Amino acid sequence: MSLVSTLYVGLFYAATVILVVGLAMRIKKYAQTPAPLIIPTMPAPRTETGVAMRMLREVAFFESLFRSNKWIWLFGVMFHFGMLLVLLRHLRYFTEPVWFWVNWVQPFGRYAAFAMLAGLLGLWARRFLVARVRYISTPSDHLMLALLVGIAMTGIGMSFLVHTDIISVKAFFLGLMRFSPQPLPGDPLLLVHLGLVATLMIIFPISKLLHAPGVFFSPTRNQTDSSREQRHIADWAKALEAGER
Amino acid sequence: MADFDVPKLEDYLIVPEPRDKVTNHLAPFLAKPPHQSDLGFPEELVDNWKDVAIAKMGDLLGKYRSLQVFLDICVHCGACTDKCHYFLGTTDAKNMPVARQELLRKVYRRYFTFAGKYFPKLVGAVDLTEEVLDDWYSYFHQCSQCRRCSVFCPYGIDTAEISMAAREIMDAVGKGQKYCNEIIAKVFKIGNNLGLPEPALADTLEGLEEDIEDDTGVKVRLPLDEKGADILLITPSADFFAEPHVDGLMGYAKVFHEAGVSWTLSSKASEAANFGMFIGSYENMRKLALRIREAAIDLGVKRIVFGECGHAWRVAYSFLNTLAGPFDFLDQNYPIPQHICEFTYDLIKQDRLRFNKEENDHMTVTFHDSCNVARGAGMGGYEGGQFEIPRAVIRAACNNYYDMDDDTIHDATFCCGGGGGLLTDDLMEIRVKGAMPRMQALKKVTEEHGVTNLAAICAICKSQFAKTLPYFGFRMDQIVSVHQLVSNALVMKGSEQEAELDGSAEEAGEAETA
Repeated sequence: MSLVSTLYVGLFYAATVILVVGLAMRIKKYAQTPAPLIIPTMPAPRTETGVAMRMLREVAFFESLFRSNKWIWLFGVMFHFGMLLVLLRHLRYFTEPVWFWVNWVQPFGRYAAFAMLAGLLGLWARRFLVARVRYISTPSDHLMLALLVGIAMTGIGMSFLVHTDIISVKAFFLGLMRFSPQPLPGDPLLLVHLGLVATLMIIFPISKLLHAPGVFFSPTRNQTDSSREQRHIADWAKALEAGER
Repeated sequence: MADFDVPKLEDYLIVPEPRDKVTNHLAPFLAKPPHQSDLGFPEELVDNWKDVAIAKMGDLLGKYRSLQVFLDICVHCGACTDKCHYFLGTTDAKNMPVARQELLRKVYRRYFTFAGKYFPKLVGAVDLTEEVLDDWYSYFHQCSQCRRCSVFCPYGIDTAEISMAAREIMDAVGKGQKYCNEIIAKVFKIGNNLGLPEPALADTLEGLEEDIEDDTGVKVRLPLDEKGADILLITPSADFFAEPHVDGLMGYAKVFHEAGVSWTLSSKASEAANFGMFIGSYENMRKLALRIREAAIDLGVKRIVFGECGHAWRVAYSFLNTLAGPFDFLDQNYPIPQHICEFTYDLIKQDRLRFNKEENDHMTVTFHDSCNVARGAGMGGYEGGQFEIPRAVIRAACNNYYDMDDDTIHDATFCCGGGGGLLTDDLMEIRVKGAMPRMQALKKVTEEHGVTNLAAICAICKSQFAKTLPYFGFRMDQIVSVHQLVSNALVMKGSEQEAELDGSAEEAGEAETA
């Protein structure tokens, strides 16, 4: 196996461990930090089912974002749902035999990459064109977009312009999953694509990308309106009561 | 009339270009040493304040999931940037909700995250310096914790939570705000924000009883500390003397009288307001809330009803049970606690109140949804009750009612500009500028529908509007209490108003049974 292949084997194992362990630690922290007061943005659902529906509308339709800004919503939807289709399509490189529905997604997933790219460029343009958004943008906000744009463009490049040896790529990833590393084709586009993806995986648990798991822990969105009916006292707050009553 | 530029009301709300350092110099008076020590905070800025601040931040991150999650997950999308009334009114970039949050977040990143520790420039992380602390003090007191940004954030990030945490950190290092901290101590010592002692309160209530009798011929009581009453009324102390608050209080009294229930105020808990929330202090908020529990037990009441007060209703509805419950000693057949609008609305539904709406015909009314009621609490036990019930009460008492624009009411309501511990003269400039978006919407309904009055159910909103309306060319008495409208139109049994309407006493008797 070439040096490059060996490097990428190590890179993807490392990136996977960092992503999984990092996210697990962060999620554990969110789950274990108490929410001592009931603070849903009202009016809020009065039942758990209602809260599940609110969360579903939030993550599947970006409900609040739709209310606040149609442009961000449009670009955000294009990017996120384009990326979702692209990711689903990529399952074919990790499964053997390929799940039947992944084959259905395949043709849509190929073109969804353009929606993803257009959404990203739209969001990026706002960071330059809208003074308010320009003011709040940090270098990392730009780099994050550059990273995603790079991933999308190299992916599109391989899909439509310079094809890579996709059979070998699949063998590489199946090999990783079965702990019997296989060589990776040396195409520059592929190496850049995979390098950027691994970078994204590594920075995920230490960056604003935490909004993905974080939104599910947002107390203003995931709490029921039940405070008159029920006490919700946190352990540390209970300690204040000890011995008083 | 002002030594600053009052924002001009345009035909529609204009989103300004953000500008740097427009209102960074606007900060409230610092708490004096006794205000600080009364609440258990250091008297002045401690020597090792940076260490104390970072330690406090770490402590809060472990106590509040909201803070931990909200500091982590903002993606700087910009959805909130045009939603804050203080940004719209001042144009100061740091009054954009995300920019306000970043003041705390950039310090959080520097001390608590990998990226901020090793790549501070890249992710916008900074050391805690005196300059940062000054910015905190200015801009976290230019947030009224109204939560409008949280409605529009795709992740529900609530700047109120951030500003509460920031104020708690500032209190912990000895840089507290005079207005809030002085008032909280006053409640502990005397019982209410205004420092109104029991004899003065009794005297005031007696005066109000006389006023009502002069107006209506009916002996309506405003009892104080009456043991064994069914209902304990907890109301903001502004209701005892400020205009238009006091007209609302007389309205509650008339409604209780007509309902035939026994009720009382408490001199121990003669304050609904709970400024402990504004400074983000669970401990102080809890101590303030416990007064209400103790008063309810001492007086042996069966129910607790809250008067018209916005943040008090948030604390009452959303936190009281948690802070001071369980209220198993109260009658479980009624909401605990209940809002005066819920109480009145129930009577209206049962057709137990008689109104002569013509008494309010000189007004065309609109309703200002107070932020803490709209976005921080509920009413009626169903989603959106806090929007419908006060309006239903107004409509029962008024013929002429129009809503302001949809994007300025209900959960998208604009704060009055004086909430969250900002209702102090040393912040007048920020209060006036923050009132602009609400004034804009009011101007529109004034022109389109001839609206003459703005009704509210919040003591802070009422005081704030009484002060700021004139800056925008309105009259200070255009702000009214919802229960003032009720009071105007309510036809009490045996009153002069009833006799006048029904012609004679005999007919009045018939009307009663009808």
